[in-house]
Amino acid sequence: MPQPLNYLKETASQTAGPYVHIGLIPAMAGFDIFEKNFSNVLVTPNTQGERITLEGKVLDGTGSPLRDVLLEIWQANASGRYNHPTDRSAGALDGDFRGWGRAGSDFDSGLVTFDTIKPGAIIDKAGRKCAPHVNVWIVARGINIGLNTRLYFSDEAANAADPVLNLVEPAVRRKTLIATRGERAGKVVYSFTINLQGADETVFFDV
Amino acid sequence: MNAQAPALQDPRLNRPEPLTPPLGDGGFFQRDRSIHPPAHAPGYKSSVLRSPRQSLLSLENSVSEITGPVFGHNDLGPLDNDLIRNYAKDGDPVGERIIVHGRVLDETGRGVPNTLVEFWQANAGGRYRHKKDTYLAPIDPNFGGCGRALTDDTGYYYFRTVKPGPYPWRNFVNSWRPAHIHFSVFGSGFAQRLITQMYFEGDPLIPVCPILTTIPDKDALDRLVAPLDLNASTPFDSLAYRFDIVLRGQRSTYFENRTAGN
Repeated sequence: MPQPLNYLKETASQTAGPYVHIGLIPAMAGFDIFEKNFSNVLVTPNTQGERITLEGKVLDGTGSPLRDVLLEIWQANASGRYNHPTDRSAGALDGDFRGWGRAGSDFDSGLVTFDTIKPGAIIDKAGRKCAPHVNVWIVARGINIGLNTRLYFSDEAANAADPVLNLVEPAVRRKTLIATRGERAGKVVYSFTINLQGADETVFFDV
Repeated sequence: MNAQAPALQDPRLNRPEPLTPPLGDGGFFQRDRSIHPPAHAPGYKSSVLRSPRQSLLSLENSVSEITGPVFGHNDLGPLDNDLIRNYAKDGDPVGERIIVHGRVLDETGRGVPNTLVEFWQANAGGRYRHKKDTYLAPIDPNFGGCGRALTDDTGYYYFRTVKPGPYPWRNFVNSWRPAHIHFSVFGSGFAQRLITQMYFEGDPLIPVCPILTTIPDKDALDRLVAPLDLNASTPFDSLAYRFDIVLRGQRSTYFENRTAGN
């Protein structure tokens, strides 16, 4: 017998359930408890960068919107730098941008929105330029382990050379990761649809 | 079913020191999907339409996954980890007073310091304070049912609450959830993000729960069951349960790798 390899095992995931809002967005559950709350607004008046709204729905295998889903996003700032000590890249830190937010879908429409800024491009470990993107994590009733995906931006020429998009085969599935730029009342809105299952199923990652 | 034994979970007791992860690129250890519930688990009916049919695309960790949000004490309020007091209106909530405590570790046995742990639960009668919960058991006017804590330098957290009750749900005609507390944990990188549920030692509803039995690995299931911890209880006040949480390990850090090689 060799020596035992005593790594611990990761704690198993369980669904967030239908009442995830109680813990993570109590105002949506219908009550006020914490002095400070996390939200879907990532920007302060001093945050650097182009203001954008991300707006979309998560659809189930019948094409119906999930109305009890919770999304979190994690992204770099306008200079392409994450607000985290292990990101030592050249971009400037922005003290007014944590880079993280969470949102529950509307209980009637299923719409999910984030007010944020468009992230800058990242350089990966191999020195390749990665197109601007937002990392997305999805939990809900019926989802046993959080789903990871990304949102890219329809107006970015850099998408064509992005090392992650180029891993997606067949190539026709790449479009499931692209949010579409539009404008409404003078504001930039990127629209997205996340299909959990079916013909246009979104690409999910094992990160 | 046996509850997890604290002596097997706590590296201070059964291992002289944490494993040292080999130098690497800062990526997380590959997630062992065989211990997690599959996306499609037909016994838990909601998963049928909400599970991808395509395979996940495996991604080597880049800076996008190795990093994650950083939280501090200024994000929290002073009563956030005390569910007995944080929604009290005219008295204490009704129910079994308990302390839940433990450590957030990674797979090498190291504590994960300064990470955010959030938790939520039903009240002692199994009723959630949520506008969509219509179970006939009453709301407790002094109980909100959520809290949060930052782990300390060793990865330790604790909170105080009342033990939640089981409740019925629409899966099979007569499905009841075991008593449980939902946990949300961040870790140091977004790829460690985890939501899970803690159960209580000895609960006979555990082996018949359609959500809990989505877990294919019996040991992984047992690790979600918190043992009664009499040593941590407060006489004439509260019982205690111990719940350790393990997040993915990491192959050193981006920063260390750069100083060594670049």
